[in-house]
Amino acid sequence: MAELSYRDAVAYGIAQEMRRDPRLVMLGEDIAAAGGVFKTTVGLLEEFGPDRVRDTPISEQAILGAAMGAAMTGVPVIAEIMFSDFLAVCFDILANEMAKTRYMTGGQVNIPVVVRTANGGGSRFGAQHSQSVENWAMMIPGLKVVAPSSPADVIGLMAASVRDPDPVVFFEHKSLMAGKAEIPNGEIVDELGKAKILRAGTDCTIAALAYMVPRALQAAEQLADQGISAEVIDVRSLVPLDTRAILSSVTKTSRFYTVEENPRLCGWGAEIASIVADEAFWDLDGPVVRVTTPHVPLPAAESLEDMAIPSVDRIVETVTKTIG
Amino acid sequence: MSSRKPGLGRGLEALIPMASQTTNDAVRETSPDAPKDMFQLIEPDGSVLDRLPVTLEEMRALYADMVEARVFDHKSMAMQRQGRLATYAPFEGQEAAQIGAAAALRPQDWLAATYRDAALNWRAGYPWRLLILGRTGDERGGEVPESVRILPPSITVGGHMIHAVGLAWAEKLKGSDSVALTSFGDGATSEGDFHEAMNFAAVYETPTVFFCQNNGFAISYPVHEQTRSETIAVKAEAYGMPAARVDGNDVAAVLAVVREAVDRARRGEGPSLIEAVTYRLGPHTTSDDPGRYRDEDEGEDWRSKDPLTRIRKLLEKARGWTSEWQEELEKAASAKIEEAVEWAENLAQPEPEDLFDRMFSTPTPSLQEQKKIASDG
Repeated sequence: MAELSYRDAVAYGIAQEMRRDPRLVMLGEDIAAAGGVFKTTVGLLEEFGPDRVRDTPISEQAILGAAMGAAMTGVPVIAEIMFSDFLAVCFDILANEMAKTRYMTGGQVNIPVVVRTANGGGSRFGAQHSQSVENWAMMIPGLKVVAPSSPADVIGLMAASVRDPDPVVFFEHKSLMAGKAEIPNGEIVDELGKAKILRAGTDCTIAALAYMVPRALQAAEQLADQGISAEVIDVRSLVPLDTRAILSSVTKTSRFYTVEENPRLCGWGAEIASIVADEAFWDLDGPVVRVTTPHVPLPAAESLEDMAIPSVDRIVETVTKTIG
Repeated sequence: MSSRKPGLGRGLEALIPMASQTTNDAVRETSPDAPKDMFQLIEPDGSVLDRLPVTLEEMRALYADMVEARVFDHKSMAMQRQGRLATYAPFEGQEAAQIGAAAALRPQDWLAATYRDAALNWRAGYPWRLLILGRTGDERGGEVPESVRILPPSITVGGHMIHAVGLAWAEKLKGSDSVALTSFGDGATSEGDFHEAMNFAAVYETPTVFFCQNNGFAISYPVHEQTRSETIAVKAEAYGMPAARVDGNDVAAVLAVVREAVDRARRGEGPSLIEAVTYRLGPHTTSDDPGRYRDEDEGEDWRSKDPLTRIRKLLEKARGWTSEWQEELEKAASAKIEEAVEWAENLAQPEPEDLFDRMFSTPTPSLQEQKKIASDG
């Protein structure tokens, strides 16, 4: 067991896969000598050389397009889009090309590309560099979507994503980068489409993702002091989605909450709320409640950003008010 | 050398210099140093300006391919009018550009072309039957045979140019000598994708050939409105990439120039841009009427530069063409295309499960559930 930061776990996970598969290459802006603007790719250039770890022009559409072209010849690629907000700059390749090629070729052409990107708020970066956009990727048929919350999950889900023959959008959260945790020894390989129950409980289920996971856990701690036993699920993978884990938890607790950093309309939790309403309606003792960022561009000002993103206090307050 | 101006679209005449002096070294001379001149080997009346890159027999084969392509084009237009094809983007007038470019490729090379490139795709190995199937509105037309290195025709404008950069980059990483050719129109050069692909290819020195068929119009928008660049070819200079401008209605000139660009890429000398100057004789697709936005005289002028006619005249002079042979060619082409149409039209409709099974390598639980709902009705 060793302790590793979330940031270092990214490079650790990529290195594990690049050692395993000599075909695997990586490209993106400032990922080589600079080690990434979030320092998530430090050491990779030194170990794997400039052919496999390659800087690119500031050209997001070309980064994803070239990654996709290479993938079509059988070369697996990890492509970095520096900030997830910039996925909008290369949305044609993401939404119209990568996501649809397998379908349009009758399953003939796989796209083994992992699109890594720094997601989410909490850094005072403002409306164009702070968004949580995992719901953008989730809405496109043909993409897989993961958002790890811990160093071990970063490594394990990175391995699962690289080994998956389909395109995966891998959201690394900016505000989790510095957090450290123990990781197991040896090769770490996880599975896409598996949620994790991080805290068992009996009175309600709280589903959270990425940066909202530690907040949900803290909220559960405080709720316990008030006599409310909350079960916390780290959803981890939006596509495929582990509906089984969520539904069996709701069946047990009869109350369901989501904690989402996405702006309110069409946040990932809306889909899960709809599934729970469909499939666990008779097990529920009350309405599904979503704790979200309001439907506004994420503000840069400290006071406003802190207000906008669901906080531990807001989660606790929402649960105590509604659990009845 | 005649003093006649080379065949150009309305509005461009004033901007383009004469066709270059053709010498034995014409290709090298024109490419990469003269992106404003237009390289030509065969004039519209069939007279040959310089040594051709092909033998008489090879020229007869290129001609036969162009005839077959035109038969396909006419057949497709007719089928669309009969309601048998969803929509169709005709290439009549562009046969020389497409057949000439495809003839410069080898089977190990990649091709990423557009919806108007049926002749190019076919000559490079994409079967007619799949091209027809795709146009009937059945995406199984995108299931290219395993050995054929062609991407399904791109319907969005421009994205595939970047794929060709990635294809070529990967081949370079593998140390192979395969190159990637991407074909696009004059309109696509206004897309950001063109800039990103050109720049990326130049920076990564990928073996990519950018092949632009400047057919004068992007739907209704003329090329001189599309760009203020003097030509499409001059755009390459900004990316530090060589370029050539070629008479796109001259199959021999296109073949020579594309071959030069392909060889260059194969030798590891990086990407290049080719502008093939041609003209779309038909509409953009079966759903528009070019009479609303362009001059009929212009079309007539371009008919006189027909890529098939000039080769027929050349072959006639060389005693390589007879009307009987022409009939044979057309008959054989019709039979082949009829057979392909019959295959496409008699293929059983796809099953509902196909919709879900194509999505991911392993279906997600959510898709499995939706598939069950669809199958159970």
